[in-house]
Amino acid sequence: MLIYILRRFLYAIPILLTVNVLTFILFFVVNSPDDMARLHLGHKHVTQESIEKWKASRGYDKPLLWNIDEDGLTKAKKTIFYDHTVKLFFFEFGQSDSGRDIGFDITQRMWPSLAIAVPVLLIGLMVTLTLALIISFFRATYIDTFGVVICVVMMSVSGLFYIIGGQYLAGKLLRLVPISGYEEGLISIKFVILPVIIGVLSGLGSSTRWYRTIFLEEINKDYVRTARAKGLSDAMVMYSHVLRNALIPILTGVVVVLPSLFLGSLITEAFFGIPGLGSYTIEAIQSQDFAIVRSMVFLGSVLYILGLILTDISYTVADPRVRLN
Amino acid sequence: MDLIILKTDLLFLLVLAGVVGYMFIVLRDDNLTSTWKKVFQRPLAASAALIFTFYILIAALDSIHFKLTALDTVGSGEILSVLDLVLWDVKGNVEKTYSAPLAYRSFSKENLQLENGKIVRDYPRLLYGGAHLIDPEKNHHSDLSRLIVMGLMLGVALWLGASGVLLVLLKFLGGANVARVIIKGESIYPFRSILLTLGLVFLLVGLFISLSPHYHLLGTDKVGNDVLYQGIKSIRTGVLIGTLTTIVILPFALFLGICAGYFRGWVDDLVQFLYTTLSSIPGVLLIAASALMLEVYMAKHADTYSSLVVRADVRLLALCLILGVTAWTGLCRYLRAETLKLREMDYVNAAKAFGTPARTILARHVTPNVMHIVMIAIVLDFSGLVLAEAALTYIDIGVDQSTESWGNMINGARLELAREPVVWWSLLTAFLFMLVLVLAANIFADAVRDAFDPRIKDR
Repeated sequence: MLIYILRRFLYAIPILLTVNVLTFILFFVVNSPDDMARLHLGHKHVTQESIEKWKASRGYDKPLLWNIDEDGLTKAKKTIFYDHTVKLFFFEFGQSDSGRDIGFDITQRMWPSLAIAVPVLLIGLMVTLTLALIISFFRATYIDTFGVVICVVMMSVSGLFYIIGGQYLAGKLLRLVPISGYEEGLISIKFVILPVIIGVLSGLGSSTRWYRTIFLEEINKDYVRTARAKGLSDAMVMYSHVLRNALIPILTGVVVVLPSLFLGSLITEAFFGIPGLGSYTIEAIQSQDFAIVRSMVFLGSVLYILGLILTDISYTVADPRVRLN
Repeated sequence: MDLIILKTDLLFLLVLAGVVGYMFIVLRDDNLTSTWKKVFQRPLAASAALIFTFYILIAALDSIHFKLTALDTVGSGEILSVLDLVLWDVKGNVEKTYSAPLAYRSFSKENLQLENGKIVRDYPRLLYGGAHLIDPEKNHHSDLSRLIVMGLMLGVALWLGASGVLLVLLKFLGGANVARVIIKGESIYPFRSILLTLGLVFLLVGLFISLSPHYHLLGTDKVGNDVLYQGIKSIRTGVLIGTLTTIVILPFALFLGICAGYFRGWVDDLVQFLYTTLSSIPGVLLIAASALMLEVYMAKHADTYSSLVVRADVRLLALCLILGVTAWTGLCRYLRAETLKLREMDYVNAAKAFGTPARTILARHVTPNVMHIVMIAIVLDFSGLVLAEAALTYIDIGVDQSTESWGNMINGARLELAREPVVWWSLLTAFLFMLVLVLAANIFADAVRDAFDPRIKDR
């Protein structure tokens, strides 16, 4: 298994390399640093001099791939590709276009993101699994039909409306919690609770329905009939047999997002004014900070690949029949 | 008037032509006909399909653009669509600022000069909404109820006409006791629910026809534009993103997925590598990066993209493209897996033994047998794409700000919830228009999946 995991990590290297080349092409070949400078400095009346100054201050003044003015290895090293792309591999994110240390910002901002994303995932999982179990327990009755109808309606509502409605209800009408902002420490619960509830609610429809299909697929299998024939109660069958056997498809969806929880949710964080990585990315997009967007793209794909590997490992834990080799 | 064909117009009309072409294929193929019959025999799915058709129709009307020239009496140089002509009054009746639905007075107080020269702070009358009322405080309600009743009557009349035509048609096609069979819900196709849905649509249309010349049915926004008009115009954006993205996805996913599954070896490795790489980048971030780069690109080529409409159009197209690039990997994976199964089938082996070239095997024997997966994916993706548009537009990496879209409507109205009293109508309009489209798409997608998925058929 160790060898398998090692091999998976090795496989990750070409993928990450391609991701980096892709972002490099997107950010430096499709549009030259000159174009970016022009956009940043305003479209009209920009002198070449100010463009050069902008590029120099952000390290975009070097050649793209190959520096002919240098000797030996530095030929490849003193280039934009090395500075802004290769270095990402060692998690040296460098400076943002506004001069801040991206690596430091990321370590600071991942905590608020986690404070929201982890409860949303855990509570959401518990609630949706329970609901799905109940609905599939009452399969082919009015409860089932009614539950599915509610699920379909809930998943047809844009996530934006859950946020807006929740903010309006909880913040303005009932005045229970602040609708925006964040503070460190225990007091953060006050700020976190509303985004968490809304996060759970907005995912409720689609995941409940999805888990229901998984459970229904399992319920029709022979081992369920055997368990019932043994005289186990329906609840017992559902809880310890069906749920256990449905773990694999559930894990497939859940584990892969685990590492990406760091990144937070772009929209939730922006709406609630939470200083996490999601709002960090949005601020970067809005201020057109190319360095940050680039770093987040790389970080995102690293975490995704990590999630894939974790998923495989979790299979062996959930189902002893699965062997990795 | 000069006809103008925007890039997205052309592509959307091509998609519609493709759909019509597909219908002919379905009609000639017994298997497909019976599968689609199964879809439309479901009452809910048939109603959803009807509503869906209305949305598509409006989007199609809104996709035929022309430019007004000096010869026209008004608005020279403006780029309009056919839908704008249909909604000409609603589009033109621009107030000063917010007004509530069906109001005759503005939403906020202003300094008004009375006839005797005094200045009072009061709600001014609207320029268009309820402008025909002489004594609004007395007549407003009675006028409204009169118009509503007239609108409902018009709707009922339209509906009776349409159902009459349908009944005559069915009778003509050889049905006995057509009306009774339909009312009892015993017809082969769920005409009862289709007629009910049609009735609902016609009632709304009737209300719109009778009320909209005199009032703003759903109020006006910050700069006085009619909110209902915006909601209707946004249909094109939503539908286009749902459909155009699909035609970006299809060629990639179909070609690469089938080749990877059929040829195995290095082709398979390459395709797998490609989709693992692309799916490893979080979609939102890839879209964000691309949106940023498009911004830079358009700033560089400012001359080409001088017109606001053209700019917005390019952004819409680019959004579809990049959404397609992030979304094709899922379908590709399914198609590869299915082709892996198909290549071991006897008929494929037989074709190989006859010396049929690979491309013929792929075109004749493999592609038709994976089409059910493609069909399911297309309809399932649609609703997600419509919802994605709103979210992406909110974080400013979606459609252009000048494009009418539900995302932009929500974005503009969000802060107004803090006002007292609340400006809720923009949000409500976007909410309703989106909910109806996405719900219809979801219901229809469910029916399509149940009909096309062989695993479900067996059960």
